[in-house]
Amino acid sequence: MNVRITVRLKPGVLDPQGRAVHHSLDGLGFDGVEDVRIGRIIDMQVADGTGEDTLRKMCEQLLANTVIEDYAIEIVDTAKAPA
Amino acid sequence: MSFRAAVITFPGSNCDRDMARALEAVSGDKALSVWHGDTDLPERLDFIALPGGFSYGDYLRAGAMAANSPIMRAVAAQAERGVPVLGVCNGFQVLTESELLPGALMRNASQRFICRTAALTVGNTSSIFTDGFEPGERLRVPIAHHDGNYFADEDTLDRLEGDDRVAFRYLDNQNGSRRDIAGVLSANGRVLGMMPHPERAIEPVAHPAMGGADGRRLFENVMQALTSA
Repeated sequence: MNVRITVRLKPGVLDPQGRAVHHSLDGLGFDGVEDVRIGRIIDMQVADGTGEDTLRKMCEQLLANTVIEDYAIEIVDTAKAPA
Repeated sequence: MSFRAAVITFPGSNCDRDMARALEAVSGDKALSVWHGDTDLPERLDFIALPGGFSYGDYLRAGAMAANSPIMRAVAAQAERGVPVLGVCNGFQVLTESELLPGALMRNASQRFICRTAALTVGNTSSIFTDGFEPGERLRVPIAHHDGNYFADEDTLDRLEGDDRVAFRYLDNQNGSRRDIAGVLSANGRVLGMMPHPERAIEPVAHPAMGGADGRRLFENVMQALTSA
């Protein structure tokens, strides 16, 4: 099955990258941009039936640094149920 | 007494030879070099150093991949036994990613890579790394990093300060670190992570921009503590 993990900085954690991009958008003349925050999308193909617990462990141990980042797990599509 | 120090090299470490050279210059003994894929450390180590660099190309997050490499399990076990562990720059990032130290190192607030000699003040003076310093003493130690912006939540920062675990602070904080923190100690005081490079300040060189010798004292502190123990 296909899983999408979205990792983003926690609210309140300064995002210097987002701030620089915000500044560039202003410089290009795009008005009305109020905030820019940059995150990361990790698309994975995992064995059918991989549990949410396992996916959560992957996030906690490696994919996200929970000191500064939040993560969200989204099952994009599940393959057919096993025969 | 010989001083048995190990320097861990990860793919992308680039200060491992500087660290080994510094340890040898101060102790007179050759440092042992250990590859990240090794599962065991040499026996009877007195000191473990995680050097600076860009382990695994800083993939995912600086230090994240190295923190999960096989040798780090052995490093964590030795740290728990009280073997002093020093992580410098990328080594500090590896220590926070492996949760041997609290907090995280984020992109510099300026977004710029900073390479200069930093003025530091000494915080803790009771750990094996810092017991030869005077409280509030000023040191000059080179920094060179893109991700040195120390972050931890307010409770953690209060706890670090309350437990006297801030080893060094920047006098002129240029990377955005919370509470000017440049180096932190573990709860047992045996693990130190710091962004400045003491191994680059080992001998007085003619030019003042070349780092000086303030870093040497950190290594001397450790050796003194170990030989008098």
